[in-house]
Amino acid sequence: MSDPLIDIRNEYKIYIMGNEQVYANDNINLKIDRGEFVSIVGKSGSGKSTLMNIIGALDKPTSGKYFLNGRDTSTMSDDELADIRNKTIGFIFQQYNLLPKLTLLENVELPLLYAGIKVKERRIKALESLSKVGLKEKYNQYPNQLSGGQQQRVSIARALAGSPSLLLADEPTGALDSKTSGDVLNFLKKLHSEGNTIVMITHDNAIALEAKRVVRIHDGKIIFDGDTESYATEFQISH
Amino acid sequence: MLQSFKLAIKAILSNKIRSALTMLGIIIGVAAVIILVSIVSGYMGQMVEQFEEMGVNKITIFCRNMNTRHIDDDDMYKFWDEHPTWIDSLSPTVTLSSAIAKSGSDNLDSTTITGVSEDYLDIMKYKVEEGRNLVYADVAGRSSVCVIGSYVANTFYGSAEKAYEDTIKINGKPFTIVGVIETQDEDNFEEGGTDDFIWIPYTVATKMNRNGFINNFVMNSTDTLYTEEITEALEEKLSNVFKNDRLYNVMANSSIIKQLNQSIGTLTAMLAGIAGISLLVAGIGVMNIMLVSVTERTREIGIRKALGARQGVIMQQFVIEAAVTSTIGGVFGIAIGAFATKSIGAVMDIKANPTVWAVLLSFGVSVAIGLIFGYLPAKNAARLNPIDALRVD
Repeated sequence: MSDPLIDIRNEYKIYIMGNEQVYANDNINLKIDRGEFVSIVGKSGSGKSTLMNIIGALDKPTSGKYFLNGRDTSTMSDDELADIRNKTIGFIFQQYNLLPKLTLLENVELPLLYAGIKVKERRIKALESLSKVGLKEKYNQYPNQLSGGQQQRVSIARALAGSPSLLLADEPTGALDSKTSGDVLNFLKKLHSEGNTIVMITHDNAIALEAKRVVRIHDGKIIFDGDTESYATEFQISH
Repeated sequence: MLQSFKLAIKAILSNKIRSALTMLGIIIGVAAVIILVSIVSGYMGQMVEQFEEMGVNKITIFCRNMNTRHIDDDDMYKFWDEHPTWIDSLSPTVTLSSAIAKSGSDNLDSTTITGVSEDYLDIMKYKVEEGRNLVYADVAGRSSVCVIGSYVANTFYGSAEKAYEDTIKINGKPFTIVGVIETQDEDNFEEGGTDDFIWIPYTVATKMNRNGFINNFVMNSTDTLYTEEITEALEEKLSNVFKNDRLYNVMANSSIIKQLNQSIGTLTAMLAGIAGISLLVAGIGVMNIMLVSVTERTREIGIRKALGARQGVIMQQFVIEAAVTSTIGGVFGIAIGAFATKSIGAVMDIKANPTVWAVLLSFGVSVAIGLIFGYLPAKNAARLNPIDALRVD
């Protein structure tokens, strides 16, 4: 198991805007091992969201390779990508992205449903997952009955339900106040300490520093990749 | 699959007014098919029944006799002798056109006077109320006797009993009333109606008509199976005599019923087609709503896809939603259609029952509409790019 979990090689993502080619990702090379907690940080328009989409197998690179868990996603079909997302990645979105008409339990069950897991087992796993985020008793409630922080915890529960190799968090605290943000970040740290691999996308340096390793993107290129301490030093951010 | 049905019902319930309006299109379409088809086939079925009451075995022969080419009663009775198994009964019918009938001093202007044989009563499926029917001896002996309809008896004599053995003068010649026929049609009991008739032996009638020809015959086959053979044989015989097919005509009730049934089929299919157009319009309505539904739920689709839903799963969800919508509409349409058919049938006095095939067809069509018109929107949904879909607010 010496393979990295994420192995991106010479990855380009190019959009055509009128007559112009826009290099959203410009020769990205990135390896992330199992058990890491990595922040990908950059300003808006830096290409970090594009990179997140590539890492999350939501999109394919224009050129270059992306090996996720040793499998090349750059040549996969739409359905194959859906399968690999389902089995390997747990998404945590900024807007939580819970389905408002489903109960919390049903929301958490969704990835298990698409994995083809039987009803009973689905229920057990989803409840287990909900209890990890401390919302087991509320399983029959609907997302709009919860606070933002609680909803984000449900979305974390949903991400955990299928025991994915990678937790991919896109601005997980973007919609939360600072206290709840702190709770969510602490929870992510706890998950990391339990052995989960976490990649967190953010525009906020202070939040990026909560990870163990920081990757900074600027104009589609990686301009920094190192541990948190050297990032703080180099960019003169108070830790 | 079960999950998809649950989701479909949830989606339909979450937008009740919109779903109801979409279903309304289907309901109207399905109900229209059932009502039109059932009413028409009920109405036409009654026409067939009426013909059947007149006798499915009945075959009528019309000819235009001339001095050089003609047929007479002997020819027809000979035909019967040649085909004894085909024919059950036979009667010439000779209409006395310019005869004047008088009961005492009353003129019977509207009364139909027909010369017939003793078989005529059976062929017409009439029954004697008073006295007796004409017998062979009357025909052979050219007796001046007659059998009258109950309208004649009641109007001019007061009752059947009073008319019995009284006399009627036809062209000045007295005829003894030997029998009165039961009332055939209460609704048509009037001058010139079904029961306003006099029967006399055809042998007497031909003598009273100036040219002495028998232009019409009516017969009953033993079984409708023989209809075609009898018709063909008669046409051959008549063709040999007349050499011109405009001078004769053979009409079998069973063939008419057969033709009528064919017309019913065509008409019903046509009406079902017209009503089907409203189903088509309803289908477009379903598609429209599904397209809106997909657009509204772009974000939901994005989330589902991000979480690993394959295209087929998304597609199934929307196709089932469309199919469930139109199926529910179809079921309501059937119920309303069946109820309306019964009510309209009762008002129009038609035995109209929702036909099984109309119900099955319209149900099938409404499910199919959901599947067909749900397909395109579902495909759009399935093909959504999860990134774009997630970006939508």
